[in-house]
Amino acid sequence: MKRIARLTTPLGDEVLALNAGDPVELSGVVYTARDEAHLRMMKEGIPFDPHGAAFYHCGPVISSGKIIAAGPTTSARMNTMTGFLLDAGVRALIGKGGMDQAVRELLRGRGVYLAFTGGAAVLAASRMTLEGVFYEDLGMAEAVWVIRLDRLPLVVGIDAHGGDLFETVRASANEAYDRYRSGKT
Amino acid sequence: MHFPYPFPVGRTDDIFEPVAKAAELALKEAAINLPPDVKRALEGAAGRESNPVARGEYVNILRNIALAEELQVPLCQDTGVPIFYLTIPPDIPLTTVIYDAISEGVRRATKSVPLRPNVVDPLNRHNTGDNTGVGMPIVHVRPGERFTLTVLPKGAGAENSSRVAMLLPAHVYGIEGFVVETMLHAEGKPCPPVVIGLGIGGTFDHAPALAKEALLLPIDEMNDFEQKICDSVNKIGIGPMGLGGDITALAVKVKTASCHTASLPVAVNVQCWANRHAAVEVKRE
Repeated sequence: MKRIARLTTPLGDEVLALNAGDPVELSGVVYTARDEAHLRMMKEGIPFDPHGAAFYHCGPVISSGKIIAAGPTTSARMNTMTGFLLDAGVRALIGKGGMDQAVRELLRGRGVYLAFTGGAAVLAASRMTLEGVFYEDLGMAEAVWVIRLDRLPLVVGIDAHGGDLFETVRASANEAYDRYRSGKT
Repeated sequence: MHFPYPFPVGRTDDIFEPVAKAAELALKEAAINLPPDVKRALEGAAGRESNPVARGEYVNILRNIALAEELQVPLCQDTGVPIFYLTIPPDIPLTTVIYDAISEGVRRATKSVPLRPNVVDPLNRHNTGDNTGVGMPIVHVRPGERFTLTVLPKGAGAENSSRVAMLLPAHVYGIEGFVVETMLHAEGKPCPPVVIGLGIGGTFDHAPALAKEALLLPIDEMNDFEQKICDSVNKIGIGPMGLGGDITALAVKVKTASCHTASLPVAVNVQCWANRHAAVEVKRE
C-alpha cells in the first residue's frame, strides 16, 4: 500500500502532486452538492468562498442536526455542471464512479477527483460533523450541507495531470471485452 | 417478530396495524443489517482480491457494514425505493387495507429509521417526503401458507444500470454476452461488487420482475449456468467502484419463466454490493 497523503481544506497546490491510485485522507470542510445544487449555483452564484474548496457529490440522511449516512452519489451526472466550480477555485471533487474526459481536462493543473467507496455511508458519517446548510428548500438530498471531515479515506480517481484510474480500468475492460467477444465467435 | 391479528378476521381493518408494523420493521432491518449470505460473499471477495486499490475499497465496505450494525443506522444513504413481496394465506382477504397498511409502514419507517425520502413524481420531480406516491411502494402478492412481507429497498445507482432486451430465440448463447456488456457499460456506477439478477423468459414486462426477484435468492451458491456468467463478468476487471479488481460481480442469480416460442426476453437487474432485503412474518394471534 502506498503512503497515505493527509490533506486538509482549504486545499492548494499540494493536490497537484497526487497521482491516480494514491490513497488520501481528507480533513476540513467539504460542501455536498448534487444536480439541483449545481443548477442553483450556476444560476445564482456560489454562496460561500470556493477557493481551495472540496465538493462532495452526496445526498446525506440528516436527522436532528446529525449526519446519519453520507455516502457518495454518481459523479457523472454532474459532468456538464463542473467547469464553473473549478473556474472559481475549487480544488477537489469527491464522489463515486468517476467523471468524463471534459472534467479530466478541466482538472488538469488545477485539482483532483477523489473517489469514496459507494455505499460506505456510515463510515463517512462517522468521520463527519455538520456545520451548516445552504439551499435547504431543495430538500435533504439536494441541499448543500457544510460538513467538517476528520480523515475521510479516499483514493485519487483523477489527478491534475491527466491520470484517470477509471479511464485506465475502462480501457482494459474494453480490451478484455473484445477478447471475450472474439472468443465467442 | 410477532404482529398478531385477530382470527377469524372480522373487519379487514383489524389487519391494518400488524401489517403496518411488519412493513416498518422489515424496512428497518433491510436498511441496517445486510443478510448473512451477502456479508459472507463480501468477506470472501475481500479475501480473494489481489488489487491494492480494490482491497482498500473492501476495507471501507466491511468497516461500514460493522458500523451500521453497531450504531443501528442505515448502511447507505440511498435507502432506495420500497419494493414488497407478500405471501398471503387463504384466510386473509386481499383488500386495499393491506396496501394502505404497507404504505403506512413506509411512512413510519421513513421517520423512525430514518430513510431518505427518495420518491418523487416522475415528471415534475416533486418529492412526497415520505417514500410513498402513485404506485409506490411497489407491492407484489402471491398466495402462500404463511403471511410474510419481504422488502427489497432498491437504490438508484444500480437500478439505473439495469437493462432489458428482446433477444432472438435462436440466440440463447447471447444471454451471457448481454450480461457482460451490461456491466461493461455500467462500470463503477452501480457500486460494484454487484449482485446480478437475471430474468429470462416471460414477456417484455415480466423478465425484469423475474430479474429483481432473483436478487432475493441466496447469493453464496450458484448453479453452473450462473457461475459461468459470473466468471465472464469478472474477466473484464471493473472491480469495486470501477477502480479495477478481480471481482466485479459477487454472484449472478437467475429466475426463468416460460415464454413465447418466437421470443427471448432477457432482463439484467443490477444490484449494488448492499444487496439489502429482509422478511417479516405476520403471525396469527
